[in-house]
Amino acid sequence: MENNHLISITDYSKEEIFKILDLAAEFERNPNQNLLNNKVIATLFFEPSTRTRLSFESAISRLGGKYIGFTDASSSSVSKGESLKDTIMTVANYSDMIIMRHPIEGSARWASEVSRVPVVNAGDGANQHPTQTLLDLYSIRKTQGTLDNLNIIFVGDLKYGRTVHSLLQAMAMFNTTYHFVSPKELRIPDEYKIFLDRKGLKYHEYRDLNETVNDADIIYMTRIQRERFSDPMEYEKTKNSYVLKNEMLENTKDNMKVLHPLPRVNEIDVNVDENEKAYYFTQALNGVYTRQAIITHILGLKK
Amino acid sequence: MVMNDKKLQVSAIKNGTVIDHIPASGLFKVIKILGLDKLEKQITFGTNLESKRLGLKAIIKLADIFFLDDDINKISLIAPDAKLNIIKDYKVVEKKIVEVPDTITGIAKCGNPKCITNHEGIKSRFTVVNKKQVAIKCHYCEKITDSAHMEIF
Ligand SMILES: [Zn+2]
Repeated sequence: MENNHLISITDYSKEEIFKILDLAAEFERNPNQNLLNNKVIATLFFEPSTRTRLSFESAISRLGGKYIGFTDASSSSVSKGESLKDTIMTVANYSDMIIMRHPIEGSARWASEVSRVPVVNAGDGANQHPTQTLLDLYSIRKTQGTLDNLNIIFVGDLKYGRTVHSLLQAMAMFNTTYHFVSPKELRIPDEYKIFLDRKGLKYHEYRDLNETVNDADIIYMTRIQRERFSDPMEYEKTKNSYVLKNEMLENTKDNMKVLHPLPRVNEIDVNVDENEKAYYFTQALNGVYTRQAIITHILGLKK
Repeated sequence: MVMNDKKLQVSAIKNGTVIDHIPASGLFKVIKILGLDKLEKQITFGTNLESKRLGLKAIIKLADIFFLDDDINKISLIAPDAKLNIIKDYKVVEKKIVEVPDTITGIAKCGNPKCITNHEGIKSRFTVVNKKQVAIKCHYCEKITDSAHMEIF
C-alpha cells in the first residue's frame, strides 16, 4: 500500500491479511502490551455503533494508548454543518490515527486522501467494514485451521449485508465454495455473482436453510430487518425460515462453527448459545485482538 | 484508401476534425465534455441526421481543432460508436475510433445517492469495469454504475 490506511478489505493482499491474522494471534496470547504509550487515537463515530466503538476502545486501552473523539455526530461540530474534510484535517492535528464510522459511502476513502495521519474505516454506510472482515477471517482460520477450500453458508440479508459482501470478496482468495440462503427479496446482488463467476468459484443459492447446513464448515448468520421488505406480508411469511435452531445443527460437521457479526435479534435461537458450535461471542472477542493487530501494524509498531 | 469524403451532410472544412456517429440524444453532452461551448473556432453541428446504425445521429465539424486521444476518449461514455475524421486540406487523412479509457475522472456522476461524491464537493473518480457495455466503479463508494444509469456532468 502506498499509504498506511485500512479503508477496504480489497486494499489488502493475501500476505497482508496473513500478517494481521498472525499478529492478532500474538495479541490473543498476550493482550496487554504497552505499545501505544504516548499515542493518541481519534475514534470518530459520525453515527453510533456502540459495539464497534467499544471493541476499538478496548483494543487501544489494552495497548496503553489514549483515545479522543465523539460517539455520534450530534455531539460534534458536524451538527453545525462542518464538512468531513474540515473535521478530518482538524482531528489529524490532534491524533496519531483516525478510526472513523460514517453513514456516507466512500467517506473513509475520502478522509484518507485528506488526512495526514492513517485512517481506519470502521464502517462507511453499506460499503466496507474491513476490520470486521479481518476478525471474521481470524475466527474462520482459528476454528478451521485454514482458510483454504472451505464451504461457507451465508444466511439472511445478503442484499444489504455489508459484512457478507466484504467477507465474500476476501474469501475469494481461498477457493471457497459459497452457499447463499436468503429470502427472494434479499438475494445476493448480481455484481457479486459476476465477481465469483470471473474468479471461477462455485456458489449455490437456496431459499431454505435446511437444504444445505450439513456440508458447511462455517454458517455465517446475519440479521433480517423488517424495513428491508417492500411487502410486510413477505417479511412475516419468511422471517422464521431463516432462524437457526439447535436441532438443525445435529448432523452438521464436527468442525462447523456458527458466526454472526452481532447484534443478534432472533435469527439464532438462544438455545444455540450453549451449543459448542456457536462461536459468535468468541468471534466478538477476537475483534479486540484483530483491532490491536491492525492498529499496531498500521502505526509500524509491530513488524 | 480513397479519403475523399462525399457523404458528410454538413458543409466541408479545410482543416480540422469531424466527429461522426454521435447518437443525436448525446450531442449536447459531447459538447459539454469536450468543452466546445468555450472554443472560439468555427464549429458546425448537425443533428437528427439519419443513420442506419444509430437511428438519428449527430455530427460535429471543428475547424482547426485536433484532439488528444485522452481527451477525445472521454466521449466514449456517451458516443461509444463515434468516429473521427481528421481533415487536412479538405481530405480525410486519418480515421479514428474512440476507446473507452481505463479510468474516468470528473465527467460522470456516481449513481449511488449515498456516495460521498454526491455530498461533498469532490471530483468523481471511476475505474472502468466493463468496456463493452460501459460500467464504471466508483473509487470512493465502490458501487458500480452502468451506462443506463450514468449521468454526465
Ligand atoms: Zn460513489
